Amino acid sequence: MKTDDLVALLSTNPEPVDRGLVVRTQYAALAAGIVVALGIALVGLGVRSDLMTAHALTFLAMKLAFAVGTVGLALVYLTRLACPGGERKIPFFPVTLPFLVVVVLAAIRLGFAPSSHWDQMIVGDQWLECLVSIPIIAIVPFGISIWAVRRAAPTDLARTGAFAGLVAGGVSAMAYALHCTDDSLPFVAVWYGGTIVLCTLAGAALGPRLLRW
Amino acid sequence: MTTHEIELKALMLASLDGDATSHHALLHQLSRRLRAYYKGKLARFGRGAAEAEDLVQEAVLAIHFKRHTYDPAEPLTPWVHAIARYKLLDFLRRTRTSLADVPIDEADTIMAHDDNVDAESTYDVKRLMGRLPKNVRCSIEAVKLDGLSIAEAAERCGLSESGVKINIHRGLKTLAALIARETRT
Repeated sequence: MKTDDLVALLSTNPEPVDRGLVVRTQYAALAAGIVVALGIALVGLGVRSDLMTAHALTFLAMKLAFAVGTVGLALVYLTRLACPGGERKIPFFPVTLPFLVVVVLAAIRLGFAPSSHWDQMIVGDQWLECLVSIPIIAIVPFGISIWAVRRAAPTDLARTGAFAGLVAGGVSAMAYALHCTDDSLPFVAVWYGGTIVLCTLAGAALGPRLLRW
Repeated sequence: MTTHEIELKALMLASLDGDATSHHALLHQLSRRLRAYYKGKLARFGRGAAEAEDLVQEAVLAIHFKRHTYDPAEPLTPWVHAIARYKLLDFLRRTRTSLADVPIDEADTIMAHDDNVDAESTYDVKRLMGRLPKNVRCSIEAVKLDGLSIAEAAERCGLSESGVKINIHRGLKTLAALIARETRT
């Protein structure tokens, strides 16, 4: 076929374009991902039994602040990356900010604690459960995120996949925080931070395969 | 900012609002620039004009179907270039050409040259249309090829007006997928 014929075919009676579609799709995907992650965490793991105590709520708020900050920043980048050329507009270091803050705070906590407590503060009681749960809960939100990005047109697939993984990992951490009873900043820095980074790496590896268009 | 950028961006903005003449002019002008871009790139890998034309059409289809990803606050050239380059790299990857040979190019290269020597691509759209369901084919032929209004097409195909619109929307997407698969084999 001649290209001119294709152009004619495409431009007879074109529909007006919905300009907010890319952003709306991302928000809808995030909302759906959060609902699914909460559902899995509540049904599969259950809420921590001491949730309504001041101590538990303080640490829940801290974990959520880290996860929400990560997700919020990552979503801004993901929305840009979803569009052609989005990868070249922006410096990516701000997305590491929540991680840096939590690592610095964790180091300060450790600095003030006797070194005999460090093991307990870092390893906690449920490190294995955290390590397994966050990536597993992240699977469905990751799928939803990938679906949303595929409706746009990313041109840097590895990086876009990485940010989809980062969003999914953060969403999953939010949900897991409702269950997790390990209340120490070093634990959050290592196991929450570490698993979210893992989700990001998995996203980067899967992106080129899942996002081709 | 170049005059191409200003003119083409104006066409793009009108086309996003559903203006058919602007959309046609935009795709036509971009196809000429894409042709020059791809011929130049593919010549380096010893590939012919028909393959360049496949890529031009893939990029035109992408620009059409992904036009909702263009942010009107940004210039148009980098957006078009990102799509063109993505489709080039995707083509080279699936034809197993070494990507180490692809130089990094600036967004402006996409607007640099104009080539209107239209070659045939390697697929036949009429044959691909044959694979679409009857109502879908009828709707596309009536509106997109014969230029009938939605109401006239609805009467010809025996469908409701919204039915015709839905058929065209789905049909063109299916067609684009068929074209993409065809150029990949």
